[in-house]
Amino acid sequence: MGSNMAEAHPVGFQWVMEAKARGARVIHIDPRFTRTSALADQHVTLRAGTDIAFLGGVINYILSHGLEFREYVRAYTNAPFLLSERYRDTEDLDGLFSGYDPATASYDASSWAYESIDVEERGGSRHKEQSAPYQHGAGGPSLDAGAGRIASDPTLEHPRCVFQVLKRHFARYTPEMVERICGVPRERFLEVCRAWTENSGRERTAALVYSVGWTQHSVGAQYIRAGSIIQLLLGNIGRPGGGIFALRGHASIQGSTDIPTLFNLLPGYLPMPDTTHEDLAGYLDSIRRPGQKGFWGNADAYTVSLLKEYWGEAATAENDYCFDYLPRINGDHGTYRTTMDMIDGKVFGYFLLGQNPAVGSAHGRLQRLAMANLDWLVVRDLTMIESATFWRDAPEIETGEIVPERCRTEVFFFPAASHVEKSGTFTQTQRMLQWRDQAVEPSGDQRSELWFFYHLGRLVKEKLAGSADERDRPVLDLAWDYRTEGDEPSADDVLRHINGIDLRSGRTVDGYAGLRADGTTACGCWIYSGVYADEVNQSRRRRPRFEQGPYEAEWGWTWPLNRRVLYNRASADPEGRPWSERKALVWWDEERGEWTGHDIPDFERTKPPGHRPPEGASGPQALAGDDAFIMMADGKAWLFAPSGLVDGPLPTHYEPHESPVRNLLHGQQGNPTRKVYGRPDNPSNPAPPEAHGEVFPFVVTTARLTEHHTAGGMSRQLPYLSELQPELFVEVSPELARERGLRHLDWAHVITSRTAVDARVVVTDRLAPLRVEDRVVHQVWLPYHWGPAGLVGGDVVNDLFGVVADPNVLIQESKVATCDIRSGRRPRGPALLRYVRDYRRRAGITAETGTRVMTAGGEHKPAHIEPDSPEESP
Amino acid sequence: MSLERWIGAWPVYRQLTGADRLGRGKAAESRRSAGLTPRTDTADRVVASVCPYCAVGCSQRVYVKGERVIQIEGNPDSPISRGRLCPKGSASKQLVTGPQREQKVLYRPPYGTAWQELDLNTAMDMVADRVLDARRRGWQDTDSAGNTLRRTMGIASLGGATLDNEENYLIKKLFTALGALQIENQARI
Amino acid sequence: MTDENSLYGPLADPAADAGHPDPPPRVGFFTDTSVCIGCKACEVACKEWNDVPEDGLDLLGMSFDNTGMLGASSWRHVAFVEQQRPLGRQDAGLSGLPTGPSGTEATDRVVADALRDSERGGGGLGTGPVDLGFPSFELPGATGGAGSRTEFRWLMSSDVCKHCTHAGCLDVCPTGALFRTEFGSVVVQPDICNGCGYCVSGCPYGVIDRRPDDGRAWKCTLCYDRLRGGLEPACAKACPTDSIQFGPLDELRERADRRLEELHGAGVDEARLYGRDPGDGVGGDGAFFLLLDDPEVYGLPPDPIVPTRDLPSMWKHAAVAASALLAASAAVFWKGGRR
Repeated sequence: MGSNMAEAHPVGFQWVMEAKARGARVIHIDPRFTRTSALADQHVTLRAGTDIAFLGGVINYILSHGLEFREYVRAYTNAPFLLSERYRDTEDLDGLFSGYDPATASYDASSWAYESIDVEERGGSRHKEQSAPYQHGAGGPSLDAGAGRIASDPTLEHPRCVFQVLKRHFARYTPEMVERICGVPRERFLEVCRAWTENSGRERTAALVYSVGWTQHSVGAQYIRAGSIIQLLLGNIGRPGGGIFALRGHASIQGSTDIPTLFNLLPGYLPMPDTTHEDLAGYLDSIRRPGQKGFWGNADAYTVSLLKEYWGEAATAENDYCFDYLPRINGDHGTYRTTMDMIDGKVFGYFLLGQNPAVGSAHGRLQRLAMANLDWLVVRDLTMIESATFWRDAPEIETGEIVPERCRTEVFFFPAASHVEKSGTFTQTQRMLQWRDQAVEPSGDQRSELWFFYHLGRLVKEKLAGSADERDRPVLDLAWDYRTEGDEPSADDVLRHINGIDLRSGRTVDGYAGLRADGTTACGCWIYSGVYADEVNQSRRRRPRFEQGPYEAEWGWTWPLNRRVLYNRASADPEGRPWSERKALVWWDEERGEWTGHDIPDFERTKPPGHRPPEGASGPQALAGDDAFIMMADGKAWLFAPSGLVDGPLPTHYEPHESPVRNLLHGQQGNPTRKVYGRPDNPSNPAPPEAHGEVFPFVVTTARLTEHHTAGGMSRQLPYLSELQPELFVEVSPELARERGLRHLDWAHVITSRTAVDARVVVTDRLAPLRVEDRVVHQVWLPYHWGPAGLVGGDVVNDLFGVVADPNVLIQESKVATCDIRSGRRPRGPALLRYVRDYRRRAGITAETGTRVMTAGGEHKPAHIEPDSPEESP
Repeated sequence: MSLERWIGAWPVYRQLTGADRLGRGKAAESRRSAGLTPRTDTADRVVASVCPYCAVGCSQRVYVKGERVIQIEGNPDSPISRGRLCPKGSASKQLVTGPQREQKVLYRPPYGTAWQELDLNTAMDMVADRVLDARRRGWQDTDSAGNTLRRTMGIASLGGATLDNEENYLIKKLFTALGALQIENQARI
Repeated sequence: MTDENSLYGPLADPAADAGHPDPPPRVGFFTDTSVCIGCKACEVACKEWNDVPEDGLDLLGMSFDNTGMLGASSWRHVAFVEQQRPLGRQDAGLSGLPTGPSGTEATDRVVADALRDSERGGGGLGTGPVDLGFPSFELPGATGGAGSRTEFRWLMSSDVCKHCTHAGCLDVCPTGALFRTEFGSVVVQPDICNGCGYCVSGCPYGVIDRRPDDGRAWKCTLCYDRLRGGLEPACAKACPTDSIQFGPLDELRERADRRLEELHGAGVDEARLYGRDPGDGVGGDGAFFLLLDDPEVYGLPPDPIVPTRDLPSMWKHAAVAASALLAASAAVFWKGGRR
């Protein structure tokens, strides 16, 4: 679901085909029939943006038929835990959870807590901005106590236990409701339910695959939560053949989250400190609480070791290991917020590192206007991309919005070294680090990012040398003495420091258990600790698959600690025996007193299944022998998230920000906490209950093609790829073609309140209209790879989308919007602006359109607009 | 070449004397064909790499001859990809050796209408100056309540999803030390 | 003479027949189109290895096929076929939706009209508006009745030179540029080819073609150089789902038979092998296919016959050149009929 694996991950898809050849049933649920659908046993067409309604229907099917894997659910999830009496569900509040504050469009989550935990009331907006999950690491939010103190009902009958709350929450997600919302005929929906449940349990497991078809929504994080709930109810997590696969789209996008270039994270999913963290102790307290279970309990060791790697000798116990050197966040500093700040003149310089936002980010026009309002821009890429040449070939040149002679942005283009011209690791989509050896030297001015940033750091340090200004201390004290080969820094040495070094012996540590909070270890990323165990680059291991077992432990290195299946303790029952012989993965070996199996156990090796922690224990010591989810604060997988999400503890169907229909489940139309930026340069199409949605009657969604790569910088310049998909096209069903008079291969243009985009028409049976409640909904689809540069050009499809974001992770909703489509080409030049303005006028669009995010309860509600970047005194 | 070999190389002679009487096989083999071997056989070295496109992480073998890449193909040893590559992975040689690769630092001055060439070291120095200037202008010590911010809002960055972990590590580390925190990535998109 | 240098009918070992002493087992491709995901890795891997030039940047509108057909600069070609019929027991998810009539036939007409004007799947395609011939305006909600589409499948298939047992291109080549290798494959030798073009009309599949720039004929070599080094052809190596399988022909035929049985057992009754039969008009193909429909659907001739079939008997009456001419005209006739 939300993934087109055969097209976007073709080589990974060989394993799906392998499974299919062995009898697995493959189901593809997607708005259109793709190359993945062509090879699936079943394709289900659903309306873009309604996946939670579909998944909620599956959850309801499981619970109302008693098809959950009950022993698994009882042992490994928080199903038995009781919730606070103050909790109110969306079923009680017309689509809102308890704690909603319309003024700030955010929740006070205190009423979502477990019964035994008393969480103080917190102001809503503070919660949204400063306790947002993007400020938590992957371990998620902390709990104030371990599982030991949480009231629970192992019979799962108590009306306030998670299991019953879940049941009630999804009770109205019936096959009929799924049909009305998603446009999926109920019999087809029920076939999916049957296939999913019949292929789960002790003897069988089912896997779930998603990609950005799930994440790029204003409720994106909750899509994944909904999928997780199903997989947990059916016992498909931590078991062979099960799991949830997030197929990521870039060679090291997993790595760039693990070792983040993200504003809210430090390496290893440690949160970036915010303004409430006065010192290291306060920061650590926000990550872990006394009595809390799990490996986040050792966050002090991870953090201090990171600070020691950053600031070396300068970081001492006396100065809090230079914790104070870290900059503080106090809100949303995500890429879209920053783009708007550029337009508003608050940002002066911008680095683009192998990234082409002029094509690849939502609302390309906003991106380009932002770049045109900088002092300087540095672009590093293999080839010339639109983001480097916006000052001469942006669509805004044609419309007169950017005039080269009046655009002051100074642009530096640095040619980059390619993947064969440098060595280093990528982390692939299943958390495996694989080392690349350098094959050849780059030529001319081509350099690696490692070279660029190492030398930029060196130059900056030189220029600041001798400064007495306190703000320059973090730069001057920065440990920047990596080994070099010629003038190229050694990636191997950097990886060694990422792994971590015992400063007493000077040798690499073997894993994160070897990290200490007393300043005697330095480690750049605790979850990568072990990648350089025994002073060996483990990511460089390439023992041929022919010589290894089924889990190929000696190929590359997977974090954490080379464990291939996360939470694989759950593949065994609470007593440590595999749930079935057929699905054995790891198990407790009584004789040897340790966990063993085909994979490396994701559990303390010698902790027996029956272990019960002593009173008052915390961290790893507080984990019982059957607490399979060792990173969670209560050792359990969360069906219900008592904290950590800003838009609710359970997934709820909300319509996309731009939708042709009213939410059939609740008065609350869209995600009540979604990030809307009501600005004249970021208009929204109206959606019910707002009027004039009929001006944009169709649903538009976008995706990739096999033959191209994202924004095209690595494909549109290559003849062998360009010839395979030479031009932008828009796919429409024969029914929509007839309705709009569109002809195969003729031109058409797609219009939103942002712009209009030209594309050649492809009429295909692969798209079909859907019946949604009392009307027929048409969906159109475009690939988004093109721009003005390259061997093959086309309009920028992402220009169609505005910026509206998921409040948890600040990812934009670019997988669904509404649009119109008309035959013929769009107007050119300034006439385009007039044309789009006329559409906005007809739809009555103002900056406020789409900002009345609260629609529950019926009465007219005030608009909510995200505040500007948090203000501060200079 | 001896007369005997010269005559022996004549296809008609071979056709008349060999088993290929219709001249459609062995007798028709040209000198080029006779000496044909895979160009990878002549590689100076074979280097293990990983495909730079999507996140499946297919293994590649890079064949290098005379310090140039002469072929990139899948590595059958890999348990992930078993030697296979998709069209993008298969186009990797074109990606790294094609004429679309930029070789020179280019500079567009404010209000300029064309690129200019710039020396790499000069460009680095200019960027370092601009980083420090933007950092200073966007600096914030505290918020209005007096809480520590210790940051600059003058610098932003986006990218890194096709960069190495080691590179992202240095990027984050340097920017963090500079107080720049609007450091973002494709992972947000 | 036909006994030892056969021009027609079954022939166990074409390489030995062509004078290769102790040839290795004959190798070829088995392309199982039932697992093809249409990624076109084969097209790219082929071009990267063989340095085949780019072949035109035109949107053809033939589903996802923008290559069009095999040619001098496209030695692999993935065909995409959208059809209104089910694939085995697959549920395409259309029934019950408010659909109208299929658009496939109408779009095919648009493409066919455009193709008629184009030399080989290029230039003039789809540049002007073409009337789809839809009926008059009708509310889409009203559809879903008897005329609506309920079945759909999307077939993909990677085509390639067949490396025929009796290869028309080879038999008509007057220069010895085309020859049969020790592996049983048929290869053009660019150092010999003089661009006469007889082979183009000699191929019953329309595979081999000349490049406009140098005039020489080019086609798949089964990666002859790679085979010499014990490597498999680039396309087969890259193929993500093993749709393209390379190996000794005997093994491939066995594997194909098993796969066919498997698919029939799974309800894919329309599966059939193409080019597998040594008794067919070209003596069986070195590259054969498992198809899910009639060959014509994929742009393949239903009953290819080597144009030199009657050559031995004609030798009694005519000179070689005349027969080549006849062969050429016969092939031209066939190609013309195919459009």
